[in-house]
Amino acid sequence: MEYPAGEYDVIVIGAGHAGCEAALASARMGCRTLLLTLNIDYVALMPCNPAVGGPAKGHLIREVDALGGEIGRNSDRAAIQMRVLNTGKGPAVRALRAQTDKRRYQNAMRQVIEREPLIDLKQALVERILVKGEAVKGVVTQTGARFLARAVVITTGTYLRGRIIIGDVSYDGAPNGQFPAVSLAHSFRDLGFEMGRFKTGTPARVDRRSIDFTKMEPQPGDPVPHRFSYTSPVREITQVPCWLTYTNEKTHAIIRENLHRSPLYSGVIKGTGPRYCPSIEDKVVRFADRDRHQVFIEPEGLDTMEMYVQGMSTSLPEDVQVAMLRTLPGLEKVEIVRAGYAIEYDYVVPTQLRHTLETKAIKGLYLAGQLNGTSGYEEAAAQGIVAGINAALLVKERDPLVIDRGEGYIGVLIDDLVTKGTSEPYRMFTSRAEYRLLLRHDNADLRLTEKGFQVGLIDGKRYEEFERKRAMVEEEKERLRRVKVPVTSEVQDLLRRKGTSELKQPCSAADLLKRPEIKYEDLIGIVPPAGDLMPEVMVEVENQIRYEGYIKKQETQVHRFRNLEKKRLPEDLDYSKIKGLRKEAVQKLRAIRPVSVGQAARISGVSPADISILLVYLERLSRAREVGSDDVGEGTAPGHT
Amino acid sequence: MVDDTIAAIATPFGEGGVGIVRISGPEAIMIAEKVFRPAKRKNWNKEPGYRMFYGHVVDPVSEEVIDEVLLALMRAPHSYTREDVVEISGHGGLVPLRKILKVVLAAGARLAEPGEFTKRAFLNGRLDLAQAEAVIDIIRAQTEDSLRIAVGQLEGKLSRTISAFREELVGVLAYVEAAIDFPEDEVPGAQVEDLVSRLRFLGERCEKLRQEAEAGRVYREGVATAIVGKPNVGKSSLLNALARNNRAIVTDIPGTTRDVIEEVINIRGVPFRILDTAGLRETQDAVEKIGVARAKEEAAGADLVITVLDASSGIRDEDKVALDLVGGRKGIVVINKCDVAACGITEEAVHNYMPGCPVVRTSLLEGWGVEKLEDVMVELVLGGRVRAGRGVLISNIRHQEALERARLHLREAADALENGLPVEMVAIDIREALEAFGNITGDTVSEEILDRIFSDFCIGK
Ligand SMILES: Cc1cc2nc3c(=O)[nH]c(=O)nc-3n(C[C@H](O)[C@H](O)[C@H](O)COP(=O)(O)OP(=O)(O)OC[C@H]3O[C@@H](n4cnc5c(N)ncnc54)[C@H](O)[C@@H]3O)c2cc1C
Repeated sequence: MEYPAGEYDVIVIGAGHAGCEAALASARMGCRTLLLTLNIDYVALMPCNPAVGGPAKGHLIREVDALGGEIGRNSDRAAIQMRVLNTGKGPAVRALRAQTDKRRYQNAMRQVIEREPLIDLKQALVERILVKGEAVKGVVTQTGARFLARAVVITTGTYLRGRIIIGDVSYDGAPNGQFPAVSLAHSFRDLGFEMGRFKTGTPARVDRRSIDFTKMEPQPGDPVPHRFSYTSPVREITQVPCWLTYTNEKTHAIIRENLHRSPLYSGVIKGTGPRYCPSIEDKVVRFADRDRHQVFIEPEGLDTMEMYVQGMSTSLPEDVQVAMLRTLPGLEKVEIVRAGYAIEYDYVVPTQLRHTLETKAIKGLYLAGQLNGTSGYEEAAAQGIVAGINAALLVKERDPLVIDRGEGYIGVLIDDLVTKGTSEPYRMFTSRAEYRLLLRHDNADLRLTEKGFQVGLIDGKRYEEFERKRAMVEEEKERLRRVKVPVTSEVQDLLRRKGTSELKQPCSAADLLKRPEIKYEDLIGIVPPAGDLMPEVMVEVENQIRYEGYIKKQETQVHRFRNLEKKRLPEDLDYSKIKGLRKEAVQKLRAIRPVSVGQAARISGVSPADISILLVYLERLSRAREVGSDDVGEGTAPGHT
Repeated sequence: MVDDTIAAIATPFGEGGVGIVRISGPEAIMIAEKVFRPAKRKNWNKEPGYRMFYGHVVDPVSEEVIDEVLLALMRAPHSYTREDVVEISGHGGLVPLRKILKVVLAAGARLAEPGEFTKRAFLNGRLDLAQAEAVIDIIRAQTEDSLRIAVGQLEGKLSRTISAFREELVGVLAYVEAAIDFPEDEVPGAQVEDLVSRLRFLGERCEKLRQEAEAGRVYREGVATAIVGKPNVGKSSLLNALARNNRAIVTDIPGTTRDVIEEVINIRGVPFRILDTAGLRETQDAVEKIGVARAKEEAAGADLVITVLDASSGIRDEDKVALDLVGGRKGIVVINKCDVAACGITEEAVHNYMPGCPVVRTSLLEGWGVEKLEDVMVELVLGGRVRAGRGVLISNIRHQEALERARLHLREAADALENGLPVEMVAIDIREALEAFGNITGDTVSEEILDRIFSDFCIGK
């Protein structure tokens, strides 16, 4: 029996990494928010790696943080080891990575949610999306509760028609012994959504007491404290190490002998898996010439004996998992606590979404996270906050928030999804960002805090601090450009020691900083700043000055890119009536319905000539409108834009 | 796309002699300043409105004077495109004109796409609505032409070479990107020296290729085509018919002993350069022997030989001489005057002599068969059966520009690596070089790099 259970501004379904961000954003923007999830003991569950961050993913965390999200602060709370990766490379790809205590991560996030006055957290399995006309109305749960809202954000991860596969055993299920969401998957289909099926996998967890660590190399964290969020307190953390060991010929032999029992090769698994996350059987088959593969043993937390075996993701039968793990140095007597498994699940083809993550078909219905074909906690969080913000903006009848490809990885992620879709679980890589040099880990706050403030997620105090930092960066850059480094013996000594040529005449401090051998610290002695500068300011100043040339280059590219983004395409444009467009282009444009000429240009199958024709068409359209006639001769004049 | 500065030769086809290089866009004047040395008004660039100046175009690098020119300055919005426009009229013919374009491009302009001036004119409100139709036609027709040529080129040696360059560079980039995105995976450590030498080597090969292409181009543009046959068989009528049907451009080619006239005829986007048209037109007073001698000479240097036979007279001995020159390899046989006789020559007769050679029947008098001949000509080239001497089709200025751009970025990338700049900066230039190659091969970058990383390296946790 269905019963009316309540009315909210926004309902969020699923308290995973996307759902938590969505609910927090919506509530913090002043919307009464209901967060429904399958099992409230599993809020912000990390079903895979006990780690967050790294290149591109760490960038996403910083960006979500700059918008006022929680993943950065929560990772800081739960971190048990932190390292900056890519230190040997440049500033654009350097990024923080944290090992986290999974249980602490969940508990901390649950606390944050429970303390948020406008969030109601409830346990329920949602079965149906209610739609009236072309707008969402609410949801119905398994037990008949009918909740109504102006906007609904769905973030159900890998749960839709989830199926777990371990060797020759398979059953309907979801991570950590939960049950799958079957009815909701049907509800999506009934509403006409195009769905696909993906697969992902996770390695076995093993018992710490059964491992001989003397046979492995320790992987410690950095000695200095780090943090994702500038709002987190700087704290020394217990740096728990990870451990490195390797597979060997014996491991590979066992895998090869048992390939016929692998569901990947027997054809039981039909969903497409991610190439960047191959199972160990895949690695052994595809890179047969490799005599070893590295395996990291990572702690799942401080209060547990469970360890995660990174690099050994598998769906081989359990007996084979035991046998192959016991060939690794240090794991000779290992005991498995949970077996590795693969999971297949439905996802919604993401080209059915707008840049706001609202579905094109149903007003007020937003989708975020792995449900959209992505993979990863950070990717989920990034979509979650964007969906949550836009749901709240819709309720408040304010303009939507869209982050573009020149502003953040979040923009790249969402634009890729809605423009190109994805043929495997989508993960963020820095190489996906064409303006990578501008989208640095260090300047995420400079790029996005303003937006977070405008939507109301960054409070006045934090915004003031941010403005102070921004001003300091500008002032210090200005100072370094102005101030001359004198030709003294002290300076020449320093230059010689650093292995760079001596000065012939005084030059600006900024020019000196452009020499690769010279660091900002070196300048402090010669031309000291007026007061103490925060380390973040120094990093920023150094990066902006040192790489000025390249940064300018990319800024010009972004400028070009934005010019085409500004040319908006009416949503109801009838592409089939535009003369000169090729058939393939018409099909693609009709399917995606791009919002701008720039987006149209990124659709595969739309050529530069098609873009020229669109530009000419738009010009005709606007001129026809100018003279007050809506007879454009071809195509339909849009009713609105 | 819409806010950069473009340049191209803007002389209409078929008009020989004076030609114009047109530059349009916000940097048009700045770019012209770099290459133009005015005779009198030193500060011509400060002049308002619409003015003409006399002077020289100089290569800013070598200081070499390229041509004596008239420069027209048209400030926005008083120009064809409503942007700042500079038009440089030279009078030294196509060769110096191309050189002018080259220095203009080197000074920072981008080569205009087909129809791009017209497109801009329209987008900037210059042309009226009725003309929009024409703009679309230009865009469509020209890109289709160049697409077809590109397809034909896929068979060509030069584009195969460029694809190979591209492959090599994708490999380098995958290497760099894998190390960036997977710092903890076992990507074989990218050795700086190794990457630098791969980039430099590739840059050198670009330069060599460009030079080869240029050497092959200056006096040889288009598919070198000889029309041979005995006197009065209809060679000059055939040339005239081809020229009438198609955009033709007459150029004088200096530097040879005789002042040879050549005609470039653009058939469905494929340029054919008809050899020694002056000679062809002289057939009236030609001595028979000279005809044979000339035919020999031309057929040797041609990529395509069209042998014209007279249907009314059958295959005679002197025809056989002409056919021998072709050897069936790169020839088309035209049986003309099919109106006069009930066709004294059968296809079999030709094929007995030259197996597999395409045969076209025409009557130039009645004006039929020429289109069929054009089809066959284009087909032979695009189908790869006729290989233009030194990759002629590919050696057009667009491709040279792309090669040059690729070379510059490869150099910047190698320099940056050597100077210890971070890999992600290096990647910016590698990507631009890839894009330049892509302008020739029609490929874009993005997903391909990831594909390559996953196939080359064992990545993932
Ligand atoms: C086996 C496995 C292996 C993985 N491996 C990797 C990896 O190697 N690398 C990587 O980056 N990522 C990996 N991931 C992905 C990563 O865990 C997810 O991308 C991330 O958690 C997705 O976040 P989300 O918020 O979209 O969904 P989830 O975190 O899965 O959250 C979904 C939430 O929705 C709830 N829910 C579902 N259906 C309903 C319903 N009908 N009603 C109410 N609540 C519902 C669930 O209870 C859950 O709380 C893996 C995931 C799994 C399961």
